[in-house]
Amino acid sequence: MSENKETTAREKRVPAKRPRAEMPSQDPVARRRNFDEVALGYTEELAVAEAERCLDCKNPSCREGCPVEVRIPEFIARIREKDFRAAYEVVKDTNSLPAICGRVCPQETQCEVKCILGRKGEPVAIGRLERFVADWAMAQGSPGFPTIKPNGKKVAVVGSGPAGLTCAGDLAKKGYKVTIFEALHAPGGVLIYGIPEFRLPKRIVAAEIELLKGLGVDIVCDVVVGRTITVDELFAEGYDAVFLGTGAGLPMFMNIPGETLNGVYSANEFLTRTNLMKAYLFPEWDTPIKVGRRVAVAGAGNVAMDSVRCALRLGAEEAMIVYRRSEAEMPARREEVHHAKEEGVVFHTLTNPVRVLGTEDGWVKGLECLRMELGEPDASGRRRPVPIPGSEFVLEVDTVVMALGTTPNPLVSQTTPGLEVDRHGCLIVRDESGLTTRDLVWAAGDAVTGAATVILAMGGGKKAAAAIDRALQGKG
Amino acid sequence: MFKILKKRDLTPVTKLFVVHAPLVARKAEPGQFVIVRLTPSGERIPLTVADSDAGSGTVTIVVQEVGKTSRLLGALREGDTILDFVGPLGRPAPLTDRGPVVLVGGGFGVAPIYPIAKALKAKGVKVISIIGARTKDLLILEEEMASVSDELLVATDDGSKGHHGLVTDVLRQLIDSGREIEQVIAIGPMVMMRAVAKTTEPYKLKTLVSVDPIMVDGTGMCGACRLTVAGKVKFACVDGPIFDAHDVDFDEAVRRGKMYAAEQKLAVEEMEKHGKCACGCGGEQ
Repeated sequence: MSENKETTAREKRVPAKRPRAEMPSQDPVARRRNFDEVALGYTEELAVAEAERCLDCKNPSCREGCPVEVRIPEFIARIREKDFRAAYEVVKDTNSLPAICGRVCPQETQCEVKCILGRKGEPVAIGRLERFVADWAMAQGSPGFPTIKPNGKKVAVVGSGPAGLTCAGDLAKKGYKVTIFEALHAPGGVLIYGIPEFRLPKRIVAAEIELLKGLGVDIVCDVVVGRTITVDELFAEGYDAVFLGTGAGLPMFMNIPGETLNGVYSANEFLTRTNLMKAYLFPEWDTPIKVGRRVAVAGAGNVAMDSVRCALRLGAEEAMIVYRRSEAEMPARREEVHHAKEEGVVFHTLTNPVRVLGTEDGWVKGLECLRMELGEPDASGRRRPVPIPGSEFVLEVDTVVMALGTTPNPLVSQTTPGLEVDRHGCLIVRDESGLTTRDLVWAAGDAVTGAATVILAMGGGKKAAAAIDRALQGKG
Repeated sequence: MFKILKKRDLTPVTKLFVVHAPLVARKAEPGQFVIVRLTPSGERIPLTVADSDAGSGTVTIVVQEVGKTSRLLGALREGDTILDFVGPLGRPAPLTDRGPVVLVGGGFGVAPIYPIAKALKAKGVKVISIIGARTKDLLILEEEMASVSDELLVATDDGSKGHHGLVTDVLRQLIDSGREIEQVIAIGPMVMMRAVAKTTEPYKLKTLVSVDPIMVDGTGMCGACRLTVAGKVKFACVDGPIFDAHDVDFDEAVRRGKMYAAEQKLAVEEMEKHGKCACGCGGEQ
């Protein structure tokens, strides 16, 4: 009897003590030269095994870590029961883009950091499980679209990135006639121009967008709001509310000498050429890109990791990160840093570029840097990097990519009277729902917060959709 | 999709298209540009607006066949469609109320000069235009320019029409003749605009140019079009494309413009090698 009792207890406890199920991935040697997806996704067996590790806590805190409050323990329980359809429905109930979030969310600082298992070992791989259920559902084909009763009201959504897509989806489900205006020739925003194919396949983004269209959302590309049409003209055309999800599209440079040399790119340009314009398929595709033998990427966020890993795939012999702080301060997702290292990316930390050096005919030949050391904590709470005098040295490179962050594009704010921005150019919002300084105009995502994450933008789009609904239904 | 309503061959390699793009036409002003893409695997290229009419919902563009995309576009016919046509982008040309203004158009740069001439003329500003090309067969929009200019001067490199020489010779003669000139606006190849800037600088004569750098999105996102103006880095797509000529670092702009010269050549060679019909239909030549 006692033996039996022990077995039961072990069965209950052991899965939690197992290490988390490894994510099957493409071999680093092969993948550093192709644009196919790196992480291949859990099989059903791996997903169930990982789901079994969840303790199903009485007071789970993982959900609090999620900006869209996915009912995490509930969907994991459905995976455990192998009811993947039900698991998907639970996720989809609060997260309109699960296949995307499962791939690009920084789970380690959100849901997974709250997981009780993480205190002693590894937290449940919530992100991988989310991706699993979304991919599973996508593989089953479209479940058909619900019939929605139109409520006769029209909303214009500006920008088709994560904030806009989420807001549009939520409003469409409530019966609003939603039109998304996109400046580029294809919808998806940062999901298609920024995040590379090997991290987020474009077919996934396209599938999510098809689901939105199935809800009756119209997407009009090639319209630059602020140029082709203004916010006031949208109201004049009969839209009852406007949502601005215009992102943070302006690249920042370091303002150091040599930044206009041939071979210096903003990460935005480098990634847009690569991802949206498919420069890696040149000359079959028309847009070229110049990638030298040695490529330096300044910065250490996700965009920097994406850029440096693209550089390898575009044929660079050596691709390196140049970052003024230490590895502990790197803002990138841990998994991206890990993947970059596996692929052979060289990390020059505590190294600050001070000048781009050029050849006589104006092409990049080197990046002059200063070595840094960590001093006292700065306003961000991170230890401030201070230059070590006389430590100048030159990295010999022929391409430099500046991945230092982005700021919001002023085209909309400049052409919309009454729409106020702060000193960083971010739209000022009056409340948590993202109501701007203009009545009936809401905003969310990077346009409000400055460069942040996909999931935060989605959370913002969701709150705005709820507020737009309340306002237009006269409920608040 | 944006339909081509009218096409005119201005020269064997310079084509004018009147495109149905009502949203762009409603807003387009002289000096602004559009971004065009022709095929799903195509590149995005900027083209300056050569005319627009809100009433008929049309925008006129002029393309000179140089690279792959401009050749594909040049081969399109009336009734064909352009896949993407975005705009109007950039800041409109600042139009002065005080003339006379000397407009200098070189090569296919005459096309974007035309709407500026037309707008100035409509404001009652005196317009003296100088247009030039290598030879008289490459001169474009001469009649149109004559209709919106108080005076039209022509220069050809080979002397086949008008002054035998450069547009800058004519400009210098005009200045030296002591004629009153309030400002100069020059549009054409980067080297021509640099020459105009050098011509007017000693006279401290206000001069504007419209730069035509490499672009991707055209909305401020990528920074491919950055150039140094008065020592500061500017984006031509959102800060320009019109700048004070005496502030522009032309040497840098010329150098940046050649960044993909090798790739442009390769793309054209590939296109010719495969013998595909240049209209993009996928058929044989």
